Amino acid sequence: MIESLSNPLLSANAQGWSLCRGGCAVMCAVLAVTFLSGCGAEPDSQAVVRDNGDIEPARGSGNLKLSGKLVLTGSSTVAPLAVEIAKRFETEHPDVRVDVQTGGSSRGIADALSGVADLGLASRALKKDEVEQGLVGHQLAIDGVSVIVNADNPLSSLTSGQVVQLFTGAITNWSELGGEDADVVIVNKAEGRATLEVFLNHFGLKNEQITADVVVGDNQHGIKTVAGNRLAIGYVSIGAAQSEADLGTPIRVLPVDGIELTTENVASGAFKITRPLLIVSKGEPTGLAAAFLDYAKSPQMHDLIRAQGFEAVTQ
Amino acid sequence: MRSQPRSAAADALTRTAGWAAVFVVLAVSGWLVGSVLGHGLQEVSWSFLTSEPLDAGRNGGIGTVLVSTALVLSVCLGIAVPLGVGAAVWLSEFARPSSRPVALIRRSLDLLASVPSIVFGLFGMVVFCQELRLGFSIAAGGLTLACMILPLVVQTTFAGLRSVPDELRLGAAALAISRSTALRHLLLPAALHGVVVGVMLGLGRAAAETAALIFTSGYVTRMPESLLDSGRTVSVHIYDLAMNVPGGEARAYASAAVLLCLLLIVNVAAAVLADRWLRHQTARVS
Amino acid sequence: MKQSRSNSWLNGDRWLERLLRLAAAMSGCLTLLIVAFVFWQALPALRDPGVARFVSDSVWRPTDETAPQFGMTPMLVGSGLVTLGAVLLATPLALFSVIVAEFYSSRTLAWLLRRVLELLNGVPSVVFGFWGLVVLVPLINAWHPPGQSLLAGILVLTLMLIPTVALATDASLRAVPNELYRSAAALGIGRGAVVWKLAVPLARRGMVAGVLLGAARAVGETMAIVIVCGNIVQMPDSLFDPVRTITANIALEMGYATSGHRAALFATGLLLMLTSSLFVAGAGLLRRRRGRR
Repeated sequence: MIESLSNPLLSANAQGWSLCRGGCAVMCAVLAVTFLSGCGAEPDSQAVVRDNGDIEPARGSGNLKLSGKLVLTGSSTVAPLAVEIAKRFETEHPDVRVDVQTGGSSRGIADALSGVADLGLASRALKKDEVEQGLVGHQLAIDGVSVIVNADNPLSSLTSGQVVQLFTGAITNWSELGGEDADVVIVNKAEGRATLEVFLNHFGLKNEQITADVVVGDNQHGIKTVAGNRLAIGYVSIGAAQSEADLGTPIRVLPVDGIELTTENVASGAFKITRPLLIVSKGEPTGLAAAFLDYAKSPQMHDLIRAQGFEAVTQ
Repeated sequence: MRSQPRSAAADALTRTAGWAAVFVVLAVSGWLVGSVLGHGLQEVSWSFLTSEPLDAGRNGGIGTVLVSTALVLSVCLGIAVPLGVGAAVWLSEFARPSSRPVALIRRSLDLLASVPSIVFGLFGMVVFCQELRLGFSIAAGGLTLACMILPLVVQTTFAGLRSVPDELRLGAAALAISRSTALRHLLLPAALHGVVVGVMLGLGRAAAETAALIFTSGYVTRMPESLLDSGRTVSVHIYDLAMNVPGGEARAYASAAVLLCLLLIVNVAAAVLADRWLRHQTARVS
Repeated sequence: MKQSRSNSWLNGDRWLERLLRLAAAMSGCLTLLIVAFVFWQALPALRDPGVARFVSDSVWRPTDETAPQFGMTPMLVGSGLVTLGAVLLATPLALFSVIVAEFYSSRTLAWLLRRVLELLNGVPSVVFGFWGLVVLVPLINAWHPPGQSLLAGILVLTLMLIPTVALATDASLRAVPNELYRSAAALGIGRGAVVWKLAVPLARRGMVAGVLLGAARAVGETMAIVIVCGNIVQMPDSLFDPVRTITANIALEMGYATSGHRAALFATGLLLMLTSSLFVAGAGLLRRRRGRR
């Protein structure tokens, strides 16, 4: 290695420098392009946004010529579904661009309120003060929340009471439920997550009561945690749990109070731990937003909704 | 003379500890990189590299995502490298090392390095997307990343320049060589490894970044038409597939494997070019 | 003729200096802008619950409707412990492997090691986190449940820091001129002495810069930590207890936070930055004092 470190210092050769200069020129060009395209295209995109309002508010017809750009932001749960709907909408209306952005339900609600986004995405019901500020929630689909354990766990079902006892620390050892003699590992969701709120509401719990051993964020985080720990119990979105279990991830969906957690039971309302997946608008939407919303709620979208593991709503 | 046996012992000790460290580093990184490549490469095909994602990324490919990634990284490096290397050269060669601006800038860069990337994301969202009206766009994402890797580029280049002995500078000054010439022909070649490492570290960090980009360059998988379009980068795609899309794991591994292979190609190319240039320079001298 | 030439050279110098100074000034301003941004976002929380409450409150419950609590001490401790552990593990590993690459190994192995480190540096943190969750956490869980713990965080973070520290160190070792090594060899000085008495002191600045950059990255790291640390807000009693770091808290709650809660999250970010910069400044002071002695 020492030999390779010979000294280039006294060279007066300018070739290397011209190489550097070439590099600098390229970078300057990139910079210039960034800012020029920024300046040049700015008025256009403004105009496009303004175009939204000009479109006739004819609702949901496919043969009308729609154009413009629509921005949706919000819940990371809904975003993959919204992307698929947007793609299909774009193929039917080639002049339309629908940009879906993620970042959380609160983000979607805030952006819809402030007008940063044309429509928001939320994976929970709107709160009272949000409705008072003029937000309207349009239900796109419905999602269930299911209790999951590791595939090695011998338990086959739980009652609501047992779930409450487990999560509040009244039962701390699996042997009390007929399992092995080892401590239960409770996997809870982070503060503010819609799944947490649904779970707490259904079982009449407060977050402070839960004696969590691990706190997770996203659904997949919860699933991987339970899959990697045979003593863990957690709760996640039902579609995610089922499709992962089908793929061979070592988790098992536990029926609570004897109700099988199928998406059919979610749709019929027999299974109660559910949350709505919403598209949120400020006031009643018009123009392009209205057309997209009607399209998203139409029965043609049901295959996309099921493909993402959710259940469609039938009005 | 007396220090000879002690030096031999130090030598043996260093050698043992060193090889143990190399073994640990190579084994663990091999384990990680190997598991990514092992799980991922079997899914990679030409159509995976060129088509656009379908069914939330569970099917289709990552072609459009790769294009967005390349654009975001070019904007990022195009800004961070000239700015960062320039700043480092000024701090090291022109400013008095103990003067207040130097201390202030270096201290503030230290501060910048420990800002969580999600905060950069929120900063980029407010400043570039909203105030500068770039919207969710590749340009906004690239600018945000440039802010993020700037400390890395400055500090590594600065350290490289400071490791060059002062004798060289004094010699150049004694020969009345101008500072810009000394910089071109003496200092930058000597510090080249520092600059290259700084840029490579920055590039790697930028390519790996997720949190700062979700809020700025966004989530859209369509083929970008300009720098003002939103475009999803590979690491955002990996994050979404791994943590948000049920059944997305296989494609997450495949995307990660592609990202690693591309980085490997870029890194090897940079290393070979830098070595060749240095050797070329040396050949001229001797 | 000679006069004018040297004049134009001087002018070139002046222009170059102006340009470079501009770059440095822009970098400095950018930092100030970001710090100002965080401060501005945090301001409501700094006013209302106030900084004191962040330390004096015992729990973190910012969304409680009747009596919100803003205690961030356990999370600050979590951030500190994860960073400290990772830096203590990563620094010797990185330093020794670089020394081997530079002084004891074949050129091929050194080249290979550098490429592996560069590759590791470009692995997205979610991949580190995912790998930690799927591979490391079950191993730790078999040893001492629940697996997601301070230890898992330290180990994953160590792996993430090694490339930063090692590559920065390597770059400054390689910048030490070869003549010095040749002279040392000519004087019959042993390799151990060359490494520890010559190369390491000369490259010290780069090493310190590398370790500081690594530490800063550790403090700011989010995604991987969220995935493997367990995220329970508590003072850990052992390495096997789950912890929540400030960055993990920001990542978990920011997407769902509104007004006051959001400001509080920014305030925790600001306090984290200030704490870590105090440490950096402290380390700088220590170094300078020792240097004087």
